[in-house]
Amino acid sequence: MLENYLPILVFILFAVGFSIVFLAAGFVLGPQRPNPEKLTPYESGFNAFEDARMKFDVRYYLVAILFIIFDLEVAFLFPWAVVLDEIGGFGIAAMAVFIGILLIGFLYEWKKGALEWE
Amino acid sequence: MEYVQEVLWILAKIVALILPLFGVVAYLTYAERKVLGWMHHRKGPNRIGFGGLLQPLADAGKMLMKEVMIPAQADKALFVLAPIMAFAPALAAWAVIPFGDGLVVADINVGLLYLLAMTSLGVYGFILAGWSANSKYSMLGAMRTGAQVVSYEIAMGFALVGVLMASGTMNLSDIVRAQEGPFWHWYWLPLFPIFLVYWIAAVAETNRAPFDVAEGESEIVAGYQVEYSGISFGIFFLAEYANMILIGALASVMFFGGWYSPFHGIPVIGPIFDLIPGPIWFIAKIAFFLFLYIWIRATFPRYRYDQIMRLGWKVLIPVTVVWLVVESIFVLTGFGPWF
Repeated sequence: MLENYLPILVFILFAVGFSIVFLAAGFVLGPQRPNPEKLTPYESGFNAFEDARMKFDVRYYLVAILFIIFDLEVAFLFPWAVVLDEIGGFGIAAMAVFIGILLIGFLYEWKKGALEWE
Repeated sequence: MEYVQEVLWILAKIVALILPLFGVVAYLTYAERKVLGWMHHRKGPNRIGFGGLLQPLADAGKMLMKEVMIPAQADKALFVLAPIMAFAPALAAWAVIPFGDGLVVADINVGLLYLLAMTSLGVYGFILAGWSANSKYSMLGAMRTGAQVVSYEIAMGFALVGVLMASGTMNLSDIVRAQEGPFWHWYWLPLFPIFLVYWIAAVAETNRAPFDVAEGESEIVAGYQVEYSGISFGIFFLAEYANMILIGALASVMFFGGWYSPFHGIPVIGPIFDLIPGPIWFIAKIAFFLFLYIWIRATFPRYRYDQIMRLGWKVLIPVTVVWLVVESIFVLTGFGPWF
């Protein structure tokens, strides 16, 4: 059972190792001639005037929260969908209640304008 | 000793998968430029090698030989880590893709969950890249990419649930086997709205046109990649194309019957088309989806950011939820050859 996952582990390690080797090859083969002007952040030719890690729009934060709720829901749906043939009508009714509650929340935030940009 | 042998065998399989994949990635960039060229009534790259065929190799060589710059204000560790975080999941996800009956590196029973996990991890690469560079364009690009990828991931997740409901398994090989038969046995027919949602979400997930505001070269230069140069930029590029091919492969597995020929099981012509081996059919289906990517890019103008978010939340998610309800009825009634 668990040995089925050995190829996954090897594949992930291989992928990480491969990316590192690839990146390292660029550092080795390419020239390294840094100078202060070259290393400033690109800002259409102006000098960068403040730190780029500024406050950002709260809507991104809202999207992130919504994502967590809905992604959890998808994670719940996965095992449910797999055994759907066995649990039949009762399973569908139970999930309908669950999704129904979630959809009420979704409609509420839609009406509140949480999904509006601009 | 036994373990060493086993790991070596797995490594051999991985290399046998990765090397051709790299060739396909390289020539996908060539094909994209060629096809776009033809669609614009021009020639595309045609100087290096016969008809430009050596262009991808020249590009790869150029990227390797360029200086890799790390901006002075950047968070250096994260800046170097970001391309790896973007690229490694795009490769590792290939572990569970079945190329033919039994032709898969890791035949695990939670394949689809693993794929969802890997494609979700890629977003860390974009966010880390944009944040660590400490450039305003990067930061804006990263915020946009993050919010967009995350929004479309939900629509995509719902679409995957639709496939799971029909197949009753998360093992990708078994999903293909559940669709055995001619092309009207495949899931694209009963799940057509879900397939459309999946494909639109897939284009948005990979940040391709017309949803490529994250790169938006005419507004925020190149988004999260703006401070990257040389091979560190090249790795982001490779990750994007590897993801495109992955998404195409996933679409063929879930909706287009993986390695089966379109006429499988039909008397007389079925056996004739079955002479062509499964992996060839599979690759042909992937090629079709890759062409679709390029075709869409050549056809549609770029969406505005608020339109993208509206489409994701207010159109795609409701459509999938409605169709999941319809599909529950299909499952209860055992509708057609699919359920």
